[in-house]
Amino acid sequence: MTFLKKPLPMRIAIISPLLVAWVLIYSVLKRLSEYLTYNIFHLTPGTHLGDAVAFFFYDTPKVLMLLTLIVFGIGVLRSFFTPEKTRTILAGKKTIVGNVFAALLGVVTPFCSCSAVPLFIGFVQAGVPLGVTFSFLISAPMVNEIALVLLFGLFGWKVAALYVGMGLSIALVSGIVIGKLRMEKHVEGWVYDMRMNGSEIAGQKLTWVDRIDAGWQAVKDIVVKVLPYIVAGILVGAAIHGWVPAGHMAKIMGAHAWWSVPLAVIIGIPMYSNAAGIIPIVEALLAKGAALGTVLSFMMSVIGLSLPEMVILRKVLKPKLIAVFIAVVGCGIMIVGFIFNLIL
Amino acid sequence: MKKIQILGTGCPKCKKLLETTLKVVKDGNIDAEVTKVEDINEIMKFNIMTTPALVIDGVVKMSGRIPKPDELKTMLQ
Repeated sequence: MTFLKKPLPMRIAIISPLLVAWVLIYSVLKRLSEYLTYNIFHLTPGTHLGDAVAFFFYDTPKVLMLLTLIVFGIGVLRSFFTPEKTRTILAGKKTIVGNVFAALLGVVTPFCSCSAVPLFIGFVQAGVPLGVTFSFLISAPMVNEIALVLLFGLFGWKVAALYVGMGLSIALVSGIVIGKLRMEKHVEGWVYDMRMNGSEIAGQKLTWVDRIDAGWQAVKDIVVKVLPYIVAGILVGAAIHGWVPAGHMAKIMGAHAWWSVPLAVIIGIPMYSNAAGIIPIVEALLAKGAALGTVLSFMMSVIGLSLPEMVILRKVLKPKLIAVFIAVVGCGIMIVGFIFNLIL
Repeated sequence: MKKIQILGTGCPKCKKLLETTLKVVKDGNIDAEVTKVEDINEIMKFNIMTTPALVIDGVVKMSGRIPKPDELKTMLQ
């Protein structure tokens, strides 16, 4: 057993049976939830209460298991991508190709909105074009693994894929537009004047043990933090599943009310929430017959554009550029919302 | 005496790193002066792109994450 004392084999020895258990439990989850609801709690299939309880017992563990697995996977994946590496990749890229890379790298590069300013300065000083930097700044908070997993777990892969596709397109196009507008002079002057005289970070070489631990740390951080939102979202979903007849909201938030998309975006801009916090609202709106495009637009404007982020960015951007940023991204979200309402 | 600087604009992770560092310094009886740098201009002089960051005697040792107490202890000694 001596080899188990070495960190890496030990971690593999712990993770492998967990993965097998995950697959086994996930495959019987539906039957397990029905057994629990109808045989243990003696509820009748087909009744409102029975349906709601079965939905709750099925969806809660399902979403949690998906979230844990994907957060772990992305946690490990992200240990390969540092903002420094991303900057190096983007520094030599021209418009469009650079914007595509920036939007995609925004998904996998670790990002927290409190790092937005140092990241912005770091990018601009390294010669990353302004529009490319914006593609990254738009995609990083909006398209993330939590949004992906929650949408996938609650609404299926089509909604999740639509969200990611929409988010990436908006990041891409908005970045290109901001780049074309030549807004460089609306960045605070000191950003360009500043000289980088610090040292490169020494000794941050990561091993596979560090990467696995990083994944595990991400699970601990994220899953615990979003747990109450998920349970709230599923409770709302379960209640609606059992009782509320669909279609009543359709007139207000439905595809036929053209003003619903701009209204959803405008209400969403000053609001701030992470992807997990918005899910209960999304669940409720969709179940009441609101159109998918409208609801996804609302979700994106809440997550992607927010007052606190603008206050942080004000340190490096002049008001005009902030206004352009909000306008371009806001219009992008609206257009995508309209398109989805039209084609779905 | 070591000069330890915690760089961060005031996000929860930065506060956590400050707390952890202060605890490690205290528990290990390390002779060090810990200061927090919150001014963005000062932070950017260290050429980092993610906060929080840990600077020991003017050298950036780590950025963008919170190290485990053991790891922090090794860095500080």
